[in-house]
Amino acid sequence: MTLPPPIQRWVHSARAQRITLLACMLLYAVSPVPEFWITQLNYIAMYSLVILGLVLLTGIGGLTSFGQAAFVGIGAYTTAYLSVNLGWSPWLTVFAGLFITAISALVVGWITLRMSGHYLPLATIAWGLSLYYLMGNLDGLGKYDGILGVPPILLFGWDISQGRSFFVLAWGLVLCGAFALLNLLDSRTGRAIRAMRASTLMAEAMGVDTLRHKVGIFLIAALFASVSGWLFAHFQHTVNPSPFSLKFGIEYLFMAVLGGAGFVWGAISGAVMTKLLEDELQVLLPKLLGTSGSYEVIVFGIVLVLVLKYLPDGVWSLVGRCLPKPQRTDDWHNAAPLPERTKPAHGDTVLEVKAIRKQFGGLTAVNDITFSIQAGQIVGLIGPNGAGKSTTFNLITGVLGLTTGEVDFCGHKVSGLPSREIARRGVSRTFQHVKMIPELTVLENVALGAQLRGHKGALSSMLRLDRHEEQSLMREAARQLERIGMGHAMHELAGNLAMGPQRLLEIARALCSDPALLLLDEPAAGLRHKEKQALIAVLRQLRSEGMSILLVEHDMDLVMDVTDHIVVMEFGTLLMEGTPQEVQQSPKVRAAYLGVEH
Amino acid sequence: MDLSIVSILMLDGITNGAVYALLGLATVLVFSVTRVIFIPQGEFVAYGALTLAIFRTGQVPGTVWLLLIMAVLAAAMDVRLSWLHTGNVKRAIKAGLTTLAVPLVVSGLAIWAAPNDLPLLVQAALTVAIVTAFGPLVYRLAYQSLADASSLVLLIVSVGVHFAMTGLGLLFFGAEGFRNPSFWDERMDLAGLSITGQAVIIVMVSLALIVLLWQFFSRTLYGKALQATAVNRLGARLMGISTHGAGQTTFAMAALIGALSGLLIGPTTTVFYDSGFLIGLKGFVAAVMGGLHSYPLAAVGALFVGLVEAFGSFWASAFKEVIVFTLVLPILLWRSVAGGHSEEH
Repeated sequence: MTLPPPIQRWVHSARAQRITLLACMLLYAVSPVPEFWITQLNYIAMYSLVILGLVLLTGIGGLTSFGQAAFVGIGAYTTAYLSVNLGWSPWLTVFAGLFITAISALVVGWITLRMSGHYLPLATIAWGLSLYYLMGNLDGLGKYDGILGVPPILLFGWDISQGRSFFVLAWGLVLCGAFALLNLLDSRTGRAIRAMRASTLMAEAMGVDTLRHKVGIFLIAALFASVSGWLFAHFQHTVNPSPFSLKFGIEYLFMAVLGGAGFVWGAISGAVMTKLLEDELQVLLPKLLGTSGSYEVIVFGIVLVLVLKYLPDGVWSLVGRCLPKPQRTDDWHNAAPLPERTKPAHGDTVLEVKAIRKQFGGLTAVNDITFSIQAGQIVGLIGPNGAGKSTTFNLITGVLGLTTGEVDFCGHKVSGLPSREIARRGVSRTFQHVKMIPELTVLENVALGAQLRGHKGALSSMLRLDRHEEQSLMREAARQLERIGMGHAMHELAGNLAMGPQRLLEIARALCSDPALLLLDEPAAGLRHKEKQALIAVLRQLRSEGMSILLVEHDMDLVMDVTDHIVVMEFGTLLMEGTPQEVQQSPKVRAAYLGVEH
Repeated sequence: MDLSIVSILMLDGITNGAVYALLGLATVLVFSVTRVIFIPQGEFVAYGALTLAIFRTGQVPGTVWLLLIMAVLAAAMDVRLSWLHTGNVKRAIKAGLTTLAVPLVVSGLAIWAAPNDLPLLVQAALTVAIVTAFGPLVYRLAYQSLADASSLVLLIVSVGVHFAMTGLGLLFFGAEGFRNPSFWDERMDLAGLSITGQAVIIVMVSLALIVLLWQFFSRTLYGKALQATAVNRLGARLMGISTHGAGQTTFAMAALIGALSGLLIGPTTTVFYDSGFLIGLKGFVAAVMGGLHSYPLAAVGALFVGLVEAFGSFWASAFKEVIVFTLVLPILLWRSVAGGHSEEH
């Protein structure tokens, strides 16, 4: 028997899976399972909430924190203190906890995330420790005895902080959290976070404020932990410092790594495995060793090292391989087109580089270079290795700061701006070494280029309020892929592409930002003959559509073939500029490339 | 608070700071050569102090058995690796024996010496030998095959090693704490200040080690080779420097420093199996102050941490740890404002 197509589609949709999961959860709650297994799963739900945050932070964002237990503690202590001492309702204290957590996460994140990645975990270790000792020594928080008699959570007079009703509350929160996270990962913000992990440089060039996103994911992870703390305090009816110590902060990370920090369901399975393993070990090990003590940490430590060594993506990576991979359905055909910027008129000056200079210590890498690009022109920037082409490129795109000089784009000064601001004004670039997100499809990678043309943030993505904009972004990405002749490869994983298509992907991504000027950094490097021909065709087509392009390239055939104007650099200085014919005939250029006859 | 209290606190701070300086240097050393953020540095401190304490009771310290187990595991891994690479049984066995040699000799000596009630200094020397032998084995077992992984992965490995080493510490030493006898019971009066012999030893040994390390890196070829590994692993390998060898040497040095620190603080405080963690982390705070790459700044940071801790325990003893560890935030803020730049990984 086959179902009608609309129902079939619905069965395979994400919404159906989610409703099924929620239904299973409710069924479990009302089924006659022993109370013990309800309690076990209640704990696992509270762990899972914390680890969902770690999935975003560690698995996707490439950052990590050992201080998640401390955020759980903030949530727990805030609700315990306010509800016991001031008589606040738990429905209010949860927001108070979230507020305090947010402030602490913002302070820690803002201070540490400007520096390289390993300072965040270090800071969270120190900070988690100091918070633990603070909780244990403050009179108001009951020192190491903690706060007793935390009231239950009441819903219309009905106690929902124990047993099966708590199960529904906690797992309801976990599932909603998981769905929100999955929504976030499949959105404009999700792509920005993945891009930031793949390469800060690339993310910034696509207009992503990487610092803001780093602080953002740290904040979201902390808020998840805080909600878990709120649940914990009311479930236990008491709080004391020990469940919020660094040991638990590390254990949360263990759960995430064991299950698979890159997968939402992996993280939850990690919590399940850890809880069950811990219970077994706490009984087994003291028997085996003949003395009591928390020896399970030995096993945890060893398992952690082994997992990182032999199964770096966690246990879920084994399961995930067997699950069918959902393919993005083409739902963008009727989406509204994105607005386009007004392009400079043909012949207007797009880019003006005025005597730019870059010194690294005593070395002058770029020495007072001046040139300009008119709208609709392809300008080649060539020169022998070490001539300063890449540095010039980086100066124009804002990756490096100028020592002196100025860069104007469409009549406005852009030098001194960060690269994402320059991108916002309509300068888009590709990279000499391809930088993309290998685990996303070609289409999603290209959509990253339209980052600045969308506006929906993390919250609307989590609530799925971004679908119209998302469809418009996908429509634009698909359109750009068609434009450069890669429409057929849209749903491939970007990591599976060969070199040539990878470079075309980068060009499509750059085009997706609706640029007025395209900067291509050695687009032909590593390409085979056929792929090079395809590239030349694409460049010609772009010019015929009125695009202005600056091309840094070593391949002389290609440069002479497609450019209108060529700038030649040598040892950081401008050797000459002119038409391809003039450059080809110049003895100075020949001498620079081939040496002089004596 | 009068001048005498200030000077007592200063003295206390400097003595503790000297130990933190050693641990901070070890942290910088390990990070710069192997990119490992070595959280378990403090465990070597506890192992050092407790191994000596067990020797004092006339028993064989549990660390000896742990050392043998780890050596056998590491040797088995080396045999397998060598056999897979060369297919030569003789070579494989030789590789295994090379790994086993030092731990076997050290353990043998320790087992022989334990019941003989030897002088304190001999027992101390044996302790240092045992704990130092752990260094390369820890590197071999936990880090070596992941040496090229991202520093985030290495950090998580460190946390796993910390968990395992703390748990093993509990297993082999028990939950009881020990306080070691002083190496020098002399008390000196200097301008109204009473200075213990142990404090003098702590400061002198720390200074000597710092100078030694500095000489090692600036004067010897091997020290420079280690630095080369720190700068560029592939480049160093192409120049014929074994990066695995460099890693093992570095870990041996870190373990040596940890063991010495354990001996130095053993007489000043009661050490439990898990005491090392907090002590090591204070060295860590100091190392962070030096951005994990500057030895002199780490040493200055350590003195600062020691002094803050001493004065903190006078004014608000309950919040001593809170103050020391919260210090990381302003330090990081200062670093990010002073030289903050995001790096490309």
